[in-house]
Amino acid sequence: MRTAFIEALCEAAAQDERIWLLTGDLGYSVLERFSTRFPERYLNVGVAEQNMAGVAAGLALCGKIVFTYSIANFPTLRCLEQIRNDVCYHRANVKLVAVGGGLTYGALGFTHHGLEDLAIMRALPDMTVIAPGDPAEARAATRAVVDRPGPCYLRLGKAGEPRVHEGEPDFRIGRAITVREGSALTLVSTGGVLKLVVEAARMLAQRKIDARILSMPTLKPLDVEALLHAAEQTKRLVTVEEHSLIGGLASAVAEALCAEGVNGVRVRSLGTSGKIEPRVGSQDYLRGMYGLSVDAIVAAAETLL
Amino acid sequence: MSPETSSARLARSVRAHALRMIHRARGSHVGTCLSAADILAVLYDRVLRVDPARPDWTDRDRFIMSKGHGAAAVYAILAERGFFPLAWLDSYCEDGSPLAGHVTHLAVPGVEASTGSLGHGLSIGCGMALAGKRDGRPYRVFVLLSDGECDEGSTWEAVLFAPHHRLDNLVAIVDYNQMQGFGSVQDVLDLDPLAEKWRAFRWAAREIDGHDYEAIEDALRRVPFEPGKPSVVIAHTVKGKGVSFMEHQLAWHYRSPDAEQLARALAELAGGE
Repeated sequence: MRTAFIEALCEAAAQDERIWLLTGDLGYSVLERFSTRFPERYLNVGVAEQNMAGVAAGLALCGKIVFTYSIANFPTLRCLEQIRNDVCYHRANVKLVAVGGGLTYGALGFTHHGLEDLAIMRALPDMTVIAPGDPAEARAATRAVVDRPGPCYLRLGKAGEPRVHEGEPDFRIGRAITVREGSALTLVSTGGVLKLVVEAARMLAQRKIDARILSMPTLKPLDVEALLHAAEQTKRLVTVEEHSLIGGLASAVAEALCAEGVNGVRVRSLGTSGKIEPRVGSQDYLRGMYGLSVDAIVAAAETLL
Repeated sequence: MSPETSSARLARSVRAHALRMIHRARGSHVGTCLSAADILAVLYDRVLRVDPARPDWTDRDRFIMSKGHGAAAVYAILAERGFFPLAWLDSYCEDGSPLAGHVTHLAVPGVEASTGSLGHGLSIGCGMALAGKRDGRPYRVFVLLSDGECDEGSTWEAVLFAPHHRLDNLVAIVDYNQMQGFGSVQDVLDLDPLAEKWRAFRWAAREIDGHDYEAIEDALRRVPFEPGKPSVVIAHTVKGKGVSFMEHQLAWHYRSPDAEQLARALAELAGGE
């Protein structure tokens, strides 16, 4: 996703001189692609995320489209108030980009796990929140946020994730992508766990359970129409996200179902528990620990049937 | 006695407006408005290249009131300069008013940036100054900070940033009245030697009397003090300046003048200095 992002950003920057890229001294061996081509529109602000967000707002108020880049929680939580006041209050054209969303940096420990970012960014006024599910979605999302005025948050995984979509996905901000049609239940996911969801659907299909898959790369604004459609047609939903169960996809789905007064729909939600664990390991290991696995998705689906 | 200058007249109006606004609204922070009034008056009277008829003019100088609690003084000077009608000032902080108790740009012509949480303005100013440099624009960016705001780490991130990028179109002014939330700056978190700190970060610094119109104008018209460096003016000021019973009194960071106090304060201002 990281590679898809920087390639798409370079393509966009070649077309649009307003595009700038700021980093908080992270992205070594990634951002050079941009910095060598557009040195006048690239800035390493140093390890100073609060200043990065404020500078980005100032640049944006002078007509620039400014991407700020860092990893895990650094471009979001570290400078949260600057994002709220300097970016959102001014509806500044700033695009926050975090690499290493979720448990990507597994063994690096709790400081490098981004597990509350979606909830917190979602709560900010006028903030668009996008967590692409694979490199194809990441590429399309990068292009889309350039054209969307105002604050956006783009939460990416790392480099080398498998591509899930075979062709070019029909990506539009605020729209779910139907990855697989199905009528028995719907698996809804946001971010890089999409691959797990697709494998789970395949396993369910072997058991003659026909699961629909909705990839929800845009968490805000949520595609309520697609969600309600799936809820009414399949009556069973499993939400999957590499994020706390508080405030992210599970919450957004529950809020939408409650607000729309949908009856008779059963929901299971998979995500991280919010507990700080004294163990580390790879992303796969930690996903397993939190119950984010193909088997766990299949099991959750089967409890609904 | 020499005739009153236009900056002095403007400062006197700003003080009177701020006192009335804060009295009506039963608001706070009158001390900070009085402290910064002379700096604001000289900026808008003699220094800033702005045009009230074209608040979005591309090449206008940018002013950011980073100490956003001095909002009443900012609205007063903008109204005096004709960015919006003086009558608006009567609505300060009232239900439905655009004029919030901390500086807001929403629906207020002439305000470049909304502030209120300390330590934000200088970074925004850095971004604006950088855009001006890279775009080859002639505008300058002025940011007025409080001394308490120099406690914020984010302020020092920006102080480190500006000289590295040679932002000599950026000017910081510190309203150094030496009082903050719980008392004197010396007692709460000592900033001394403040000018030396900025110089150590490679800013060109000057210290002035922040109530001497000529000194303020002289300093702000000479920016950049050194080519290639951002400029900082450490303005020594008095919290509550111009109203004898408010000067140096921490209480007027919080209190709102009652009718009798307002009348006494306005009489003092009218009596001249």
